[in-house]
Amino acid sequence: MATRVLDQHQVQTAAGYGEKTGLWSWITTVDHKRIGVLYGATAFLFFLLGGIEALLIRIQLGSPDNTFLSPERYNELFTMHGTTMIFLAIMPLSAMFFNYMIPLQIGARDVAFPRLNAFSYWVFLLGGLFLNISWLFNAAPDQGWFGYANLTSRQYSPGMNVDFWMLGLQILGIASLAAAVNFFVTIINLRAPGMKLMRMPMFVWMSFITQVLLLLAFPVITVALILLMFDRFFGTHFFVPSGGGDPILWQHLFWIFGHPEVYILILPAFGIISEVLPVFSRKPLFGYAAMVFSGVFIAFLGFGVWSHHMFATGMGPIADTFFALTTMLIAIPTGVKIFNWIGTMWGGSLQFRTPMLFAIGFIAMFIIGGLSGVMHSEPPADLQQTDTYFIVAHFHYVMFGGSIFGITAGAYYWWPKMFGRLLNEGLGKLHFWLMLIGFNVTFFPMHVVGLHGMPRRTYTYPAGLGFETLNRIETVGAFILGLSFLVFLINVVQTWRKPRNAPADPWNGATLEWSIPSPPQEWNFAQIPVVHGRDALWEVKREQGRTALPEPARVSGAGIHMPNPSYWPLVSAIGVTAVFASLMALGHDKAGAWLVVASVALLFFGIYRWAFEPAG
Amino acid sequence: MLRTAAWRSRLVTALCLLTVGLVGCSPEHYPQTTLLPRGDFARIADDLLDTTVKWALLVFVLVEGVLIYAIFRFRGKPGDPEPHQTHGNTTVEIVWTVIPALILAAIAVPTVRAIFQTNATPAKDALTVEVVGHQWWWEFRYPEYNLTTANELHIPVGRTVSLRMGSADVLHSFWVPQFAAKRDVFANRETRLWFKAEVEGEYPAQCGEFCGIQHARMAYRIKAQKPEEFRAWVAHMQTLGPKASAQSPSAPSKPAATRASAQGVKTASAGGTVQHPGGAQGQAQGTQYATGNQLFMTKGCVGCHSLQAVNAPKGMVGPNLANVGARSYIAAGTLKNTDENLARWIRNPQAIKKGVLMPNLGVSETEAQAPVAFLRAHQ
Repeated sequence: MATRVLDQHQVQTAAGYGEKTGLWSWITTVDHKRIGVLYGATAFLFFLLGGIEALLIRIQLGSPDNTFLSPERYNELFTMHGTTMIFLAIMPLSAMFFNYMIPLQIGARDVAFPRLNAFSYWVFLLGGLFLNISWLFNAAPDQGWFGYANLTSRQYSPGMNVDFWMLGLQILGIASLAAAVNFFVTIINLRAPGMKLMRMPMFVWMSFITQVLLLLAFPVITVALILLMFDRFFGTHFFVPSGGGDPILWQHLFWIFGHPEVYILILPAFGIISEVLPVFSRKPLFGYAAMVFSGVFIAFLGFGVWSHHMFATGMGPIADTFFALTTMLIAIPTGVKIFNWIGTMWGGSLQFRTPMLFAIGFIAMFIIGGLSGVMHSEPPADLQQTDTYFIVAHFHYVMFGGSIFGITAGAYYWWPKMFGRLLNEGLGKLHFWLMLIGFNVTFFPMHVVGLHGMPRRTYTYPAGLGFETLNRIETVGAFILGLSFLVFLINVVQTWRKPRNAPADPWNGATLEWSIPSPPQEWNFAQIPVVHGRDALWEVKREQGRTALPEPARVSGAGIHMPNPSYWPLVSAIGVTAVFASLMALGHDKAGAWLVVASVALLFFGIYRWAFEPAG
Repeated sequence: MLRTAAWRSRLVTALCLLTVGLVGCSPEHYPQTTLLPRGDFARIADDLLDTTVKWALLVFVLVEGVLIYAIFRFRGKPGDPEPHQTHGNTTVEIVWTVIPALILAAIAVPTVRAIFQTNATPAKDALTVEVVGHQWWWEFRYPEYNLTTANELHIPVGRTVSLRMGSADVLHSFWVPQFAAKRDVFANRETRLWFKAEVEGEYPAQCGEFCGIQHARMAYRIKAQKPEEFRAWVAHMQTLGPKASAQSPSAPSKPAATRASAQGVKTASAGGTVQHPGGAQGQAQGTQYATGNQLFMTKGCVGCHSLQAVNAPKGMVGPNLANVGARSYIAAGTLKNTDENLARWIRNPQAIKKGVLMPNLGVSETEAQAPVAFLRAHQ
């Protein structure tokens, strides 16, 4: 009953209602759903790229003294793997769900600034390409995703590698900041009548907190990168000790951004599984208010723990104690979340569909990542663990076992809503088990090998230190992990070939997105819904005394006012990218100043036309 | 029935293999392990980790156990009625906020104690060693003995070693997993670390902070020696300087070679004039040595490497070679210190450690034998 298939007549009618097609419609789109799909598709390609980089790393480390990769290639690969997965995969995969789901879950027709939304996407895409074009110049970033000074100074990194990284991150930062403003305003202003803050779906809440983190954290890295740019291009010495600068300044700036960044990566996944678990437990989220406030608390504390990345710099006992204790404190709200998720399952009627499997996998894996996190909140113990594979294990349990499991749960959960097709359950479950096994085989031994003294970021290790066996096992695990995503790809392709068969509400959903057709029409809601409580759709069903609502009809959108398509966001995005690309030219040759002038002119032209274009 | 038995025996085999695998994980198989502390600092870190791991295991088993129990206990069946719609339970939520807080308090107390212990001022009688990180090797200076060496840190067991550390270029991290832990080094500030070694032996260690293309090849050895052995090593090293008295080497036995090195050092510091060591038996050896000495001067080696352990100049780009002949490894843990490897290294360092600051000096295969003999004599 829950997975009714639409009949052919309905499917044809759906196509009949003016869905725009063609490349131009995608280039000029300002529809949050299409932008969400663009974010998702682009980020998934970058995720595959980052995954291939990881596999190359694992091949290299599969045996001691391996020469599969040269040292510089290895350093490029681990730098780009980290940078790609953080900025080009996990963040934009979350942005896919922000885009697609926030307006639907709060009962809005679009985001607050649809063209700014398109601009964010294009800047993200071009920033990602800018970073990766470095491969063609044989100058991919090679200083680590954390870019510690003073290795990044012109003296020790004379090539363009660091330039690509610092300018690429600036471009991506603009995309993130623009998107953060947009979603922040959308959530504050565009909620449907009756959708009070404390009635918002938990995914919207966690997304909201994420936007606040983005708004507060990204300016810091922006400043740090500008200082670095001045050091590299214009001869200043902010981070250069020989000129009176301080490399530790970089570490502070980087981690004041970098630690909140960790929560930027994980909070959306917290939100996703807080949606999935109640639906597949057929029971509301346990302790809603505690979930909201623990999220807020985590975000707040997230700005007060940055120096736990820097215990090895020798900050002295007072600073060490402060940052150790604040770091430990974060375990409390995180624990509350885990207990509340289990509390949600407790007493429920658990439906083990694919999204639920990934959500449970998230809880199980995130517990491990959280516990190892407590272990390096203790400075004396951390002084042994930092910069070893123990840390690599920890953050993969959080970033992969957490974020990626959560995002994958969201992908299976919302796929029918986004594409009108249900992914194959059998392949989905195969994906889950392969991923769970591959993940643990890859990353669990890293705890062991790290505590036994294997440092990170080394392109090889000598035989005789005992690292051989565990590294070989890890490499095998990585390929199982890669295989799991091959299964996902097969599932996607197979599903794509089938007709749209997903009903509006395949899972007996609790939130508003399940009240409208799959995929939604351009205007989302023919009539803006009125909300009477949390789990708005369950409320409606309860009032009407049914478990499923009748399939919503696709209607003509006549009379619904929607924003016009526009290509000026794309022009402006090209302008932004050109500005940073031309700064690179300027950094290496004064004649580049003309390119900077031309790029700024292009940027202003784009923004000017955008500003005076009728919004529709 | 038979199938079940076969399956069960296979399961037992698998479990045995798993157990063997876990035994294989014991710290003895990992010379660079952090889990077998042999010094006071490392023990503080290890004890703290032990305490935390116990709590973590308890939490892990309980929470994952409850999760797995819930998965089986609340498995939904088709046609189940809607479960009871609970929204929360204030008492339960307070309990599971307070319990983690108490557990954290239980680990916070030993943590803070350990922070202050490890940040304490080292004992007054501590042996001070200055550590300087270089791309990609380590310099060790003993101000108390006016000695300098590289890539092998000799320390006495039972006496606290106080490290005062810095960097010549980028960030590195000095890491002594067996005795202490890590401390980053910087070009613009001094960082400190101390520890007391309790067990003698030779231990591998390596740089902890990513420091460029050859970060992976920035390893070093810690040689923890009995106090009398350490004193003997210091006494021997103090002969490797400009003030050492010259003796003529005879046979290529170890003490002879040592004397040769003393003479070689003197020659080098005297301004590059070559003296042929005397003695009939050592004639061939001496010729090689002299040619090596000459090449050392003419190929530019001397511009980056000092051969004197005493009064060694500061700010050299390459490692001090006063006792290079006696070291276990060359090129910062890259190669075992054999004559063959030393020759390979002298001829083509860029092929072995790409990006290393030592250029290919155009030493031919036949030429290489002389500097090998020359360096080997520097014990």
